[in-house]
Amino acid sequence: MNKFWERLLTIDRRAIFVVIFLALSVPIFLQIGLPIPVTREVQILYDALEDLPRGAKILVSCDYDPGSEPELQPMAEAAFKYFVANDLRFIIIGLWPQGPIQGNRAIEDINESDDELIVENGDTLYFGADLVVVGEDTARYGIDFINLGFQVGQELVIQRMGTSFEATFPSDRRFGRPQKEFPIMEGIYRLADFDFVLNLSAGYPGTVEWVQFAVDRFHVPVGAGNTAVQAPLAYPYLDTGQLTGILGGMKGGAEFERLVGHRARATMSMTSQTMAHIFVMLFIVVGNIAFFVTRGKSERRDLRK
Amino acid sequence: MSSEFGVWLAAFFTIGIASFLYKDNPLYKFCESVFVGISAGYWAVALFWENLIAKMFDSLGISYFFGLWPEKGALQDIFSGVWNWNLLHILAGILGIMMLLRLFPKIGWIARWPLSVIVGSTAGLWMITYFQSNFLSQLQKTVVPLFDIGRINELSEIGAAMSEQGRAIPFDAYFAAYLGNLILIFGTLTGLVYFYFSKEHKGVFGKTAKVGIYFLMITFGASFGYTVMSRMSLLIGRLYFLFSTWLGFVN
Repeated sequence: MNKFWERLLTIDRRAIFVVIFLALSVPIFLQIGLPIPVTREVQILYDALEDLPRGAKILVSCDYDPGSEPELQPMAEAAFKYFVANDLRFIIIGLWPQGPIQGNRAIEDINESDDELIVENGDTLYFGADLVVVGEDTARYGIDFINLGFQVGQELVIQRMGTSFEATFPSDRRFGRPQKEFPIMEGIYRLADFDFVLNLSAGYPGTVEWVQFAVDRFHVPVGAGNTAVQAPLAYPYLDTGQLTGILGGMKGGAEFERLVGHRARATMSMTSQTMAHIFVMLFIVVGNIAFFVTRGKSERRDLRK
Repeated sequence: MSSEFGVWLAAFFTIGIASFLYKDNPLYKFCESVFVGISAGYWAVALFWENLIAKMFDSLGISYFFGLWPEKGALQDIFSGVWNWNLLHILAGILGIMMLLRLFPKIGWIARWPLSVIVGSTAGLWMITYFQSNFLSQLQKTVVPLFDIGRINELSEIGAAMSEQGRAIPFDAYFAAYLGNLILIFGTLTGLVYFYFSKEHKGVFGKTAKVGIYFLMITFGASFGYTVMSRMSLLIGRLYFLFSTWLGFVN
C-alpha cells in the first residue's frame, strides 16, 4: 500500500499538466452550463449601476493589458453592453498604455450590427467604432461614449483629474481632437463630476490607487473589476464602504454577465474553471495523504540510520 | 481554421511558451526572448510619445516651434505675456537630465538630487494617503459591535417575508450576521498579537499568537485560491483562443 503512495509522490509533474489540460479543454467542447449564484459584492456593484439615472456619466478606467484579457475583457464587454442598453454615457481612459485599446476592442466586440459603415450628413460612421448597436439601442462616439486614451503618471493622473479633467486628458484617442468638442464631455470639469467610476484593474496602478485617491480624496463612488490575483487586496476596501462592489476574477465576471443578461465568455468558462478547481483540490488532498502516509516510514528509516 | 497571419503567429507563440511545461527548449527560449524584447520596445515607445514628447516638448511649445504640433505651449505663452504653469516642466526636464548623469561615473553623484526629490515627494504623497485609506478607514470599520444587530433585525424582517413565499434565507447570511463581527474582532486582535515581538510568545500570549497565525494562514489560503483561479482563467483564455479563434473547433 505504501508503495502506491510513494509512487504517487514521485509521479511526473507532466502527468498533472495533462490532467489539468483535459479538465480545462473537455468542458470547452461540451459547453455545459453551470448555475452561477450571485455574490454580495457583485450585487452591490450592479445595484449601484441600477441606481444611476439615465444619461449618467461613468468613467471607465481600463487598467490592464492583453495578458489579463480572459478575466477582465468579459467584464468590460458586459459593462459596456449594459451602459448602451440603459442609456448611460461612458468615458474610457487608461492608466496602462494598452488599457484604452482593450476598451476599443470591447466596443468592437459588443457591436451587433452586421453593417460595416453608414454615411450620415457626409460623414462616414463605422460600426464598432463610431456607432455601437446593442439590441435596439445605438450608442454614438462623442455623444454616448468616448475614448480619451492613456495618460502616463500612475496614481498622479487620478490626483490631477481631481482638480482638472481637461488638463489630464486634453484630447480624444480616435481623432486627436480636443475633448471639449464632444458633447459627452459637457459638464465634466473634474473627477467629482462623474456619477460613477468603474475600474477594471490587473495590478499597479489600479483599484488600490483609485480607492486611495478618487474615493478617499475626491469622494467619487468607485466599483472595481479585478483579476483574481488582485481581488484579495481589494476586499478590505469593500466592507469599509470605500469600494462600491467588486467583480473578482472570471467568477465575478460570470456573475456580472448573469445580472446584466449578457451570458458570454466568462459564463462559458465557468465549467472549465470548476473542473480545474476540483482536480487541484483533489491533487492537494491526495498529495497530503501520500505525504503523511509515507512520512512515518521515512522517519523510521532516518532513525535506523 | 483562421486564415489571418496574426492569429497563426499568436498560436505559434502560445504553443511555444506552453512547450516549457514539457521541458526547457530552444522554441521556448526564442518565444520568451521575443516577448521580452517586444515588451521593452513597446514601453520605450509608449513612454517616449506619451511622456517625453507630450509632457515636455508639446506642453512647452518646442514641438510647435518646429512646426510638429499645432498648439502653442508654455514658452509661446510666456513670450506673449501670459503665465503658463506648464513652464515648470522645464524643472522636471532638468531633473530628468540630472538622473541620466549616473551613466557618467565621475559626475554620477548628481543623480542623487532628482532621486531625493522622487523619494521625498512620494513619501509625502503616500504618507497621508495610506494613513487615511489603509489605516484610519480600516481601523474605523474594525471598531464594531460584537454582533451585527442591524443586520440581524434586517434578516428577521426579510426572513418573515420570504417564509410567506415558502423560501428561506441562506444559512451563510445568518452566520455572517451573528458571527461575522465576532470573527473580525477576534481575528484582528489575535493577528496583532502575533506581530507583537517585544514579548516572548509563551503561555496565553503565545497561544493567542498561534490563533493569529491560523487567521493569517486562512488569509494566505484564500489568496492562493484566488491565484489558482486567476492562472486557470488565463489558461482557459488561451485554450479558447486555440480551439476557437485559431482552429475554429468551437464557436
